[in-house]
Amino acid sequence: MLRLVNLTKTYRTGDRALTDVSVTVEPGQVVGLIGPSGAGKSTLIRCINRLVEPSSGQVFLGDTELTGLGRGALRRSRRRIGMIFQEYALVERLTVMENVLSGRLGYVGFWRSFFRRFPPDAVATAYRLLDRVGLSDHVDKRADALSGGQRQRVGIARALAQDPDLLLIDEPTASLDPKTSRQIMRLIVEICDESGLPAIINIHDVALAQQFVRRIIGLQAGRVVFDGPPDQLDEAVLTTIYGEEDWSATIRTAHDEDAVDPAEQAEGRDERESAAEILDRERLAGLS
Amino acid sequence: MTTASPAARTVWRRPPFIADTRLRWAIYGGAIIYLILAFATIDVNWVRVYEGLDRGMRFVRGFLVPDFTSRWSDIAQGMQESLTMTVTSTVVGILISVPIGIGAARNIAPMPVYLLCRGIIALSRSFQEIIIAILFVAMFGFGPFAGFLTLSFATIGFLSKLLAEDIEDIDEAQAEAIRATGAGWWQVVNYGIQPQVMPRLIGLSLYRLDINFRESSVIGIVGAGGIGATLNTAMDRYEYDSAAAILIMIIIIVMIAEYSSSFIRKWVQ
Repeated sequence: MLRLVNLTKTYRTGDRALTDVSVTVEPGQVVGLIGPSGAGKSTLIRCINRLVEPSSGQVFLGDTELTGLGRGALRRSRRRIGMIFQEYALVERLTVMENVLSGRLGYVGFWRSFFRRFPPDAVATAYRLLDRVGLSDHVDKRADALSGGQRQRVGIARALAQDPDLLLIDEPTASLDPKTSRQIMRLIVEICDESGLPAIINIHDVALAQQFVRRIIGLQAGRVVFDGPPDQLDEAVLTTIYGEEDWSATIRTAHDEDAVDPAEQAEGRDERESAAEILDRERLAGLS
Repeated sequence: MTTASPAARTVWRRPPFIADTRLRWAIYGGAIIYLILAFATIDVNWVRVYEGLDRGMRFVRGFLVPDFTSRWSDIAQGMQESLTMTVTSTVVGILISVPIGIGAARNIAPMPVYLLCRGIIALSRSFQEIIIAILFVAMFGFGPFAGFLTLSFATIGFLSKLLAEDIEDIDEAQAEAIRATGAGWWQVVNYGIQPQVMPRLIGLSLYRLDINFRESSVIGIVGAGGIGATLNTAMDRYEYDSAAAILIMIIIIVMIAEYSSSFIRKWVQ
């Protein structure tokens, strides 16, 4: 369980990125974090593993207060928090396997990692994860030889290699095409369900968030202005989060995209399906 | 009063770099006048130039018939010294430069370490090789050891500075991702930074090998051993044919280094 208490971050430039953010994420819960650019989404998730140092407030992961830890203890706690990045953030010149194994760095000593002599169980886990994300054939390729979707799968495998208690996911689909975006989102949500992992996903695409996530938090100028299930996300709420705009198209887009699916058209489902049903069906459609 | 309608405006000029017309002409004019005056102060003795043409011709003629044989043992020994000096000083220089370069990168090193390493780099860079060579020759006597020390010292300033700058230019996201896994500082350097800077480090090292070889022929002139000493002796004796042989060998070795380094750099990319 993740608990943020009155988290505030003011950058040295005086920019106030977060103001009194208090959020609790239950085990197994996948939370979509939406909000305009500069609302503090990236800062919020980076404050959790302290890649960005919060100015005040507390972060609890289970019983550990992450905000109070010293350097060594912070490093040990970071092992429990997997992170998936915008633009993948793979080490481009390392192989796929090295990238996945880098998720184990917190568990092995420097010389072992230097000579790439990871313990057998870590290697076995890495192979299993690569198989899970469908990249068994690309183990020895360099990360920069992969396509965008494949790279993000490596990113997911790296985060899972940490055997995390929490996933922090920063714009996982920002540079992916719509189909790949959906596959990646589905994979993330599936994995979180399988192992009861809580996750926070920063996401720009409101329709995509509505489609895959069961709880949405809206951030505006560093404050939480919405916290609820995706079907409560109506025009009024979107206007509070993002400002005045014609939102009818945005909300409808989600339905349009569902309707394009030929299988769905054949079955002639009506539009009142709950998000959860759509999610289940998406999942049955499965991923290679 | 007529106001030009937008459609009527067909002339557009790029805004000048210096907006004030008078100031602009004053700066351009001043620069040209200074250049003319500066060139005027260079004193050329045309008679001496004419006399020197003859010596120049002898030098060029020596090139046409380079003599590798009569001083071959001196040339071979000088070359061997130079190559040994080049390789050893480059290797030692790289080994010392890497930690200093890491320490001089602002984005990963703590402030005191950064200042210390930048200080070492500044010290190494502020002296030209020749000056250091003269100092080391005075301290350790004539011969390749002084040359080896000189080139190692010069390599540190060059390589550490460029390595540090490359580390400061890395894609932070990759290093951040490694840091987020709970990796230690050395692991972040090994996994997040080293793969990003390695091709450039190898390229720079090969380039420095090349520079060190050329420098080794220059510092030999002030007594630091190597092919430069042999070249200097040949020049002093007016043996331009032997000097030409030496210069041709230097050119060939530099060209070999050039081609092989570009090939290796492409391969490690």
